[in-house]
Formats: sequence, C-alpha cells, structure tokens
Amino acid sequence: MSEMRYEAPKTLAAAVALLSGAKGQASVLAGGTDLLIQMRAGRVEPELLVDIKGIPEMTSIVAENGGFRFGAAVTCMELIEHEAFAKAWPGVTDGVKLIGSIQVKGRATVGGNLCNASPAADSVPALITAGAAVSIVGPNGRREARVEDIATEPGKISLAKGEIVVSFLLPRRPPHSGDAYLRFTPRTEMDIAVVGAGVNLTLDEKGVCSQARVSLGAVAERALLVSEAAAALIGTKVDAAALKRLAAAASAACRPIDDKRGTKEYRIKVAGVMARRAAEIALARSVSSFAPTHSLRKTARTQDSI
Amino acid sequence: MPDTIKLEEKKLKVIGTRPVRPDGVPKVTGLARYGADYSLPGMLWGKILRSPHAHARIRSIDTSQAQALPGVKAVMTSADLPEQKFEYVGPERVAVNFWHMTRNIMAREKVLYEGHAVAAVAAISSTVADEALRLIKVDYEVLPHVIDVDEAMRPDAPLLFADMITRGVEPAPGKPSNISKRIELKIGDLEAGFAAADEIVEMDFKTAPVHQGYIEPQGCLARFDTDGQGEIWASSQGHFVVRAFTAQLLEMNIGNLLVHPAEIGGGFGGKTVIYIEPVAAVLSRKTGHPVKIVMSREDVFMATGPTSGAAMTVKIGVKKDGKIVAADGLFKFQAGAFPGSPVMNACMCSFAPYDIPNVRSVGYDVVCNRPKSAAYRAPGSPISAFAVESVIDVAAARIGMDPLQFRLKNSAKVGTPTVWGPKHAHDSYAATIQALLKHPGYTAPLGKNQGRGVASGFWFNNGGESSATAHVNEDGTVVVATGSPDIGGSRASMALMAAETLGIDYDKVRPIVADTASIGYTHVTGGSRVTFASGIAVIEACKKVIGELRARAAMTWDVDVDDVIWEEGHARPAGKNMGRFEPLSLKAIAAKKAVTGGPISASASVNAGGVAPGFASELCDVEVDPETGGVKILRFVAAQDVGRAIHPSYVEGQIQGGVAQGIGWALNEEYIYDQAGRLLNAGFLDYRIPVASDLPMIEAVLVEVPNPNHPFGVKGAGEVNIVPSMAAVANAVSHAIGRRMTELPMSPPKVLVALDSGRGD
Amino acid sequence: MAKHHVTATINGNGVEFLCETHQTLLEVLRDELGLTGTKEGCGTGDCGACSVTVDGRLVCSCLVLGVETEGKSIQTIEGMGVGKDLHPLQRKFLEHAALQCGICTPGILIAARSLLERNPNPTEEEVRYGLAGNLCRCTGYHKIVDAVLDAAREMRRA
Repeated sequence: MSEMRYEAPKTLAAAVALLSGAKGQASVLAGGTDLLIQMRAGRVEPELLVDIKGIPEMTSIVAENGGFRFGAAVTCMELIEHEAFAKAWPGVTDGVKLIGSIQVKGRATVGGNLCNASPAADSVPALITAGAAVSIVGPNGRREARVEDIATEPGKISLAKGEIVVSFLLPRRPPHSGDAYLRFTPRTEMDIAVVGAGVNLTLDEKGVCSQARVSLGAVAERALLVSEAAAALIGTKVDAAALKRLAAAASAACRPIDDKRGTKEYRIKVAGVMARRAAEIALARSVSSFAPTHSLRKTARTQDSI
Repeated sequence: MPDTIKLEEKKLKVIGTRPVRPDGVPKVTGLARYGADYSLPGMLWGKILRSPHAHARIRSIDTSQAQALPGVKAVMTSADLPEQKFEYVGPERVAVNFWHMTRNIMAREKVLYEGHAVAAVAAISSTVADEALRLIKVDYEVLPHVIDVDEAMRPDAPLLFADMITRGVEPAPGKPSNISKRIELKIGDLEAGFAAADEIVEMDFKTAPVHQGYIEPQGCLARFDTDGQGEIWASSQGHFVVRAFTAQLLEMNIGNLLVHPAEIGGGFGGKTVIYIEPVAAVLSRKTGHPVKIVMSREDVFMATGPTSGAAMTVKIGVKKDGKIVAADGLFKFQAGAFPGSPVMNACMCSFAPYDIPNVRSVGYDVVCNRPKSAAYRAPGSPISAFAVESVIDVAAARIGMDPLQFRLKNSAKVGTPTVWGPKHAHDSYAATIQALLKHPGYTAPLGKNQGRGVASGFWFNNGGESSATAHVNEDGTVVVATGSPDIGGSRASMALMAAETLGIDYDKVRPIVADTASIGYTHVTGGSRVTFASGIAVIEACKKVIGELRARAAMTWDVDVDDVIWEEGHARPAGKNMGRFEPLSLKAIAAKKAVTGGPISASASVNAGGVAPGFASELCDVEVDPETGGVKILRFVAAQDVGRAIHPSYVEGQIQGGVAQGIGWALNEEYIYDQAGRLLNAGFLDYRIPVASDLPMIEAVLVEVPNPNHPFGVKGAGEVNIVPSMAAVANAVSHAIGRRMTELPMSPPKVLVALDSGRGD
Repeated sequence: MAKHHVTATINGNGVEFLCETHQTLLEVLRDELGLTGTKEGCGTGDCGACSVTVDGRLVCSCLVLGVETEGKSIQTIEGMGVGKDLHPLQRKFLEHAALQCGICTPGILIAARSLLERNPNPTEEEVRYGLAGNLCRCTGYHKIVDAVLDAAREMRRA
C-alpha cells in the first residue's frame, strides 16, 4: 500500500504550500465524512491528507458587515447551534441540518459539502439562494467566488491545484426576508436528496416580493440557480398563482438523470412541489418579521411535509 | 420418573413477568463479545476477494504475487476445498446440497453473482491482506447474466447451470433451464370451485428482493492445531450447524471441531447458513495461526442471503355471502445463484389461514445471478401473503364485506385441511382478527389522504432438536445451559421456564449458551423454535433435577422417593400420614449434595413435536403525500397469537421488530442493479431500512391461546409478525390513493405514478 | 511506513497509541486498544453503531481518523457507567427491554446520552429524530424510545 502522509498545518499559507507542493494526489481533510468513505472504497488514494481543522480562520463563525462569515471547516453542528446564525439564515440552517445524521454533522463541514461536489448536497441550494460568497486561497493569493460557481459536475470543482475554500460570507439581510430549504427523501432522515429546493425571498413593506432567489439540487449535474423560478415570485404577494408559476418554472429548469435514488420524471415533478413548499416556508418566515399587528398571512405549512 | 408436578395447572409465578435479561448488563456496557470481537495471540486477518461480475467463467486465478507479498501467510481458492457430492440432503423444505454450498463459499468453475468469493488471503494485518487481494489476478470470461425471475424463466435466458433439469415435472424436461424445481400442492376441485364463485379476483404481483439487514456483519475467528483439531468462534444462529457444515466442507470429523457461540448481532434467518467460517478454517489450517474474518457491510449486501424477489399471480373465487370457494396461487421465486428459495413455504403458507375447499399452489424455484437466498423471518410466507392478502382485500370490497369480517368468516379452524395435507389442529387465527375488531384503532376516523389496511398471516413455527443441562450449584443457584444462540432474549425465557419449573426465583437461575462440546446437539435459533423446543429441553432437564432433589430428600428423611413431592421449590412429604418433615428447599438439599450422592445435574435432549402455528392480524393506517407519493405510517397495530408469552417484553419486541422490517420491505427496501448486474445500493445509505423517525409506536397485542402441547403453552413468536405487514401497508396505501398497489417496494416514485394514473378519471 | 504516535484521552484515561494514517478511530479502538464495545455496522457513517464522542461531540468513529484524535478526549461505551453504577440510560434500556441482539445498543446509548445532554426533556418525535442516525433492526425502536423518554424523566428528577 502506498504511503499516505498526514499533515495538520496551523496556517493557510502552510496548507496551501502543502497542497500545491504535493507530488501525487493531495486531499483536503475537513470533516472527512465523504473523503474517508471514498478512501475506504478505494475510489481515491491520496498521497497526502491536509487536515485543515487547525486553521483558525477556517473554524470560526464571525459577524461581518452585518452578515456572517463562517469557516469552511466549521462543523454542521456548530453552525446549527449558532443561535444568531440560525435566526438570520433559517433556510441555510435547514439545509445544513439535513446533511446526514447528528453523528455525521458532528464532523461534516459546509466547505466539504460544497467541495465534494455532489449535485444533491443539501447545504448548497440554500447557500446559493442566500447569495453566499466563497473566499478561496491558493498559491496566487485570495479570490472570491459565488457558491454556484464552485461545483461544475459530480465530483468536480472549479478550484485550481493548491486552492482551498476558506470561508463563506453571507450578506446582511434586508428586513422582511426569509429563506427555506426542503428536500424530498424516501426516509425521513439518513438519506440523500432525491430533489432539493432552496428559496430566499424579501418582501417590501406592502408584502410584495421584491427580491427572490431559487435554487434546486439533485436535478442536474450541479445545484442550479433558477432565475425563471425567482422571477415568478418577484412583484407578487407570493400568492397561489405565483407559487404555481414558481413550481412550473422549477420543474422546467430540471435536467435530471435516472438513478438509484429517483427517476427523471419523478424529480421533475417533485422539484416543483419542493420549490413551492420551500417558498411557502420562506414566505412565512419573512412575514413573521413584520410586527404582529401587521399580519399579512397565516403561517404557511410547516416543514413536516407529509 | 413419575410426573409429580402438573405445571400447566399451577398458577404461574414467574412466567409472564418482565425481569431484566440475564445477559443484559454486558450488552449495555459494551463488554458482550460478538463475532468480530474475538482475538487471539498471533492472529492473522483473513480477507476475501470477490467477483466484480454478475456471471463469468473463471479461466484462471494467479495468486503468486499475493503469495509473495511480505506479511501474507496463506492464499486460498476453491482448490483448497474438497469437491462435494451433488445431492439434496434433508427435508424438502430446507434441503441442502453441499455441491452447491462449497461453490457458494468459494466459486469454482464460474462466479454466479457480483460479490461471489473467488479467493482469500491471510496476512499479518488487515492492510497487508487488502493489498494482497489486489495482487490476485483472476482471468474472467464475462457471461450474460439474468436477475429478474420472469426473465430467468424465459427459454432463451442465460443459464447458470448448463445441466439443470427442472425437478418436480413429469416427464422431466428435455432441456436445461434456470428452473430448479416446480412444486404443486392441491386440494379439492379447483375448476368446480371457481365455477361456483360469484366473484373472481385475479391479480399479478411483484416483490423486490430484500436483505435481512442485521446490523452485525458476519464475523468469525478460527484456530487449528497441527493434529487437525479446530475451534471456531462465530456469530451465528446455530453453532451446531456451523460445525456440521464446516466439518463437511473441510472433510473433517465433527468431533474435531469445536464451535463457540459468539453473541449474535441480529440474524433474522440470515445467519442460519455459513459464508466465512470454512474460509477462516482453511486459512488457519494452512498457516497454523488463528485467522479472523469479518465481512464488510458491502460484502454483507452483495454476498449474503437476501430473501427472494418474486413474481406471483393469485386468484380467488368468492360467493356473495363471503365464502371463499376456490384459490389458486402461482409463486415464482428467485433462489439466487443456487437452488433453494423459500417458495415451498410460500406455497404452503399462502392460503393456510383460510378454510377453502379447493386450493392450488404452484411454485417455481428459479436460479439467477444474485447471492443465494437465505432464510428471512418466516421465509416465503410474507411474500405470498402480500399477494394473497391483497387479493382478499379486493375480494372483500368486491362483495361489500368488511375485510376483517370477511377473513373471520373464512378463517381456518381445527379440522380445516391444509393444502399440504394435515388438518389444522389449532384455530387461534380468529382470535387475532377479533382482537383487531375490538381495537379502537379499527374504527378511528381517518383524515384526508389517509387509508387503513388490514392483513393476516400464518407461520408454521417449529420444534425439533434441542438440548439443555441444569446444574444445581452448592448455594442453591442453578445454571441452565442450552445450545441455542440467544438472538433476542431467549436466555431470559429459559431462565423463567427453569425458575417456574423448579419453583425458585428467576435470579437464582443463570442461563448460558454452551459451545458444541458442552451440550447436546441443538438446531438453529430459527423457525420460532427456541422458546418452544429448547424450552421443553430446559423443562425436561429441570424435571430430572427435581427427581434427583426428591431422591436426596427421601434419602435425608429415609422415606421412599415416591413419598416426596416437589412443590414451590421445596421437597415435601407426599401426605400427612408420612410423618412430620420440615420441607427441604432446593438450597438446603444442594448444600448437602456431597453427602447425599454428589453433584446434582441433569440433561435433556429432545426432538420436540407438538408445534402449534402462529397467526397474526395487523392493522395499518397511512397518510400519502399526494404530490410526492411519500407514505407516512400513522398507526400500526399487530395482534399475534403467541401461545403464552414467557417474557412479554421480548415477545412484544419480536412483534415490533418484525413489523418494522415489514414496513421497510413494503415501502423502500430493494436491491437495485445496473445493466451489468452489479448492485448499486450495497450500503445502509441507499438500502433504506427504517430509521427511528420513519416509524410510529408499534402496538403489539398479545393474543394468548396456549399451546396444549407445551408445558407452559408456548407456540413461538418470532416470525409470523412480519407475514401480514407488507399486505397491511399495501392495503392501506391502496385505500388512501384509490389505486391498487401490486408491486413492492411502494417507493414514492411508484406511488406517485399510481396516483397520477388515477388523476383525471 | 512509520506509524503516527497519538496521545489522547479515552474515558478519562490518558492513552497513547500508534496508528497508520488510514486507520479510523473505530479501528484504533477495536483493534489497537481492545475496546470492542464500539461496533462496526457499516464503516460508512450510515448506521451509528460506532458512535462515540470526541471532545463532547457525537461522531461516528468510522469517519474519524485515529491520527486526528491527537490531544482529544474520547468517550466510548466502556466509560458510560460510573464505577459499578450503570448510567440511567443503561438501566432503562434493561428495564424496558430496549435491546434484542444488542449490537446497536452501545451506539444508541452514546447517541442518547448526547441527545439528553442537549435536550433533557425531549418529545417522542425529538427522540426519534435524535436517534435517526442509529439503525436498529430488531426492536422497531418502540422500546428504545420508551427507555430514552423514561431515562430523561428520571434524570430530570435527579
């Protein structure tokens, strides 16, 4: 068996140097919940593991410009348990909560969820709808990218050799905003999304949707940002007609495959359903930020979908 | 020995109570040792190379590079196992053929499924063993494969065995096929029966193969001495069967092999057969070192016994008054790579709950490129029950009868003939239906998108060979040894029956599972036989001990032994005119054993007859998400005739566990193959067994109709609970969506297709 | 290949061990340290049988490398009881017959303890979702849920 080195650098510079200097395959070890399984199955055989959990910037959650910056190696459980974050970004939290079991979330990271580049990654559609920016550091310094531009196809990312996703920046939210992520799985837990849908929307003072972003997971080679679906909501009060158009636009944007987890037809159909239900939850969350007397609408259905 | 105690007439003192199980503490502290938990000094790690192909001829295996790797101590292939005679041995329902078995342990001419073992290594570490496997070069000629049962039965299907001529067909077919056997069971006049029917319901069904899904992968440790004596520690449902099979496959004397029962981490039938023990034994014999083999989860899914997938057609004829007059079932079962699906059980159990004058069951045992099927909880019966109980549901609706009343009207009673010959001798089926009829859940209102289903099932239960020994210790405690691996609380029930028989406290009995050299032959823990058959052995051993205790008291009192009775744990004078003797407790007699004749112990070996079958009736409420096809189980009530519950908590646990497995089978569990016949979901992520949040509380209703043939009324409780479950869920889903579901699993895409096919009607 | 020398704390005791890079914490516990109470059901984080805590965080030990535990504090099933006393969860599992074969039990107990630390008063649904990462094939979860709820009640009173 080839020797596999393990390094746990304390700085980003050291991590980048290790990764870019590796002769064979070098893998970033964050939570390891995908990497260890791939190693066990012999699908990857890295020469070098770079454990980045000792790098402070990658494991902290901080307020920044009214938003949040969290390290790519922050575990899902740490993010879920961060009350201010969960309050600001309930939809992103929905997505993170759905990644595996509590045990898996105790290790898994959002950076890993993104860089594993599964089209079904649960945190990714929610991050895309949140407009999250990704900070990347590599041999040529630091650059910024959008979450939707990282994964390109299953297992492939747009990072160059030696580059690491360091952190995510979620912007300050306008008032009356709400986001939500929903997925469909045959089991209630411990499953991979057959379809995932994230919706982030903002209402104006009259309750009209002024901004919206919609993203779908597991319906294409990567998570999709579906502007047609968002357009169906903008300018409406997110009423039944708008939701119907949203669902249709979501279904129309799908280009799924048949696989062991679902059929094309099923994914296309259910993508619309999930998008509509996620929009209803996002709407309820944005409505709840109005003063109690300003009740625009009753709370939409809860996340417990069936 | 005069039977001086009439157990069945006594008021039971400890049976029916719920004490902590005797083997419980080590299992909550992590100290209990399962198959993978044994190690020995100098131990090597064994690993098995498995076929990447569903069907291929093995042209050659080159092990030279693996052999040369430092740290590798031995490599084996099928050449290290002697050839076996081609013959089916044992009763037809459970016949084995060692020619097949040795090929399943290690492929010879061909690999017949992905994951089929082709070679094995023993090395100084797991890492080196893995590396050695990569160095073994197998030259395969890939052959066309077939998995689906209907496809495997086609005349142009790829053949697994070029010389397989279907058994059970007269005259014998001239051409080989994948059909190993045809079974036909029949009573009455089918044609006349259907002619007399007012309504005939006929439907086709399909079920996916499912795995037992025990959480503990198979694991074992073997060691051999140079004199040919060997020892194996194995997680199995029957260490005597491990011994017998391994000795046969290695051509060694049974007496030279000692098998220790490890704690077993679930079996559900899947650990009544062997996979790794002969391999570890050969590797140990070759190296002179202990060898441990532990399967991975992928190995378990790819290479150990799932149960069959099936294609079925069931037809029943009914009179307007609700009487079923004819039933015809066609059951085609995947056997996997070697003959031996549970299709005969399916044929027998299918219509067994019902009193139907004209019945035919036809079964086909069909080989295909999947792992050989192994027993899974009431093997065969849940599959045929899915079809039959669905048709019963449709028939009841057709004539406008309540589905439980319909079943009650047709329920088998004492004297009802079975399709395989003997008449029913027990009629507790009706009691399980009555239990559901009385249950408030049966009439509780249902909401939108909700449906309710009921179904019933039959299982033989089993008796057979068991042994037990009771040792009285000098302080008055008693050790009770049996040969039955404890898979879910049987040590507790053995202790309860021993305590009840002896008239002592439960905590004075220490039950153990003894190895193959320390107790008489005992058949597997399976077929719901242990509490019944091993229970009888325990009771018999305890009765012999009582005889001895009476003799010791008689000696002490200087009276005739017939003048001493045993009552409530004490020897007492048989009558008042016998003289005034203070009763002697077991403890008092034990304390004096050295001066009254020495150690007090007794063994009993039985071939227990008088088995009474199990019946269950179940009620399921579901809610279907009309937009996704997702099914949520809202309520599940399972009423099962358990004879008598020795430890009710563990009986309830059997029912709850069986139902949970049935729900998984009904909704999401299946084997998914790619075009090349490779399994795509060999893991717990995509082979979706129910998780805690998928299920509601499962209400177990214990219907206790004692078995008159067992001293405490035991029937057996482990299996029949799963028999109705898939049909109950299917009937509920069908009612919720207004469309009949005839294919398992009823996964969300299938339910949504069914829903959409109904829209716009 | 030189092995890593790792110093960690297991169940409160300082422990040193050697491991190869690819060896998981589960393999280290079972094969190097003889702590076989932690079980392997799948090796891929899908069954929870290997649940332990690392620095108080519930994880699957099959998804942690041994080398990553340098300086960490690990709790396994072997450390759950205190001396001769069982943890209330262990007692309640026995009283409620919440185990049949027992192979999933160590992992479920560790996960349940972690659940009750975070939520001392869970609903049935919260227990079910909280234990969704732990597969049990024997019990249908009914008695497990009962036992956890009962233990939680007792622990709140204590």
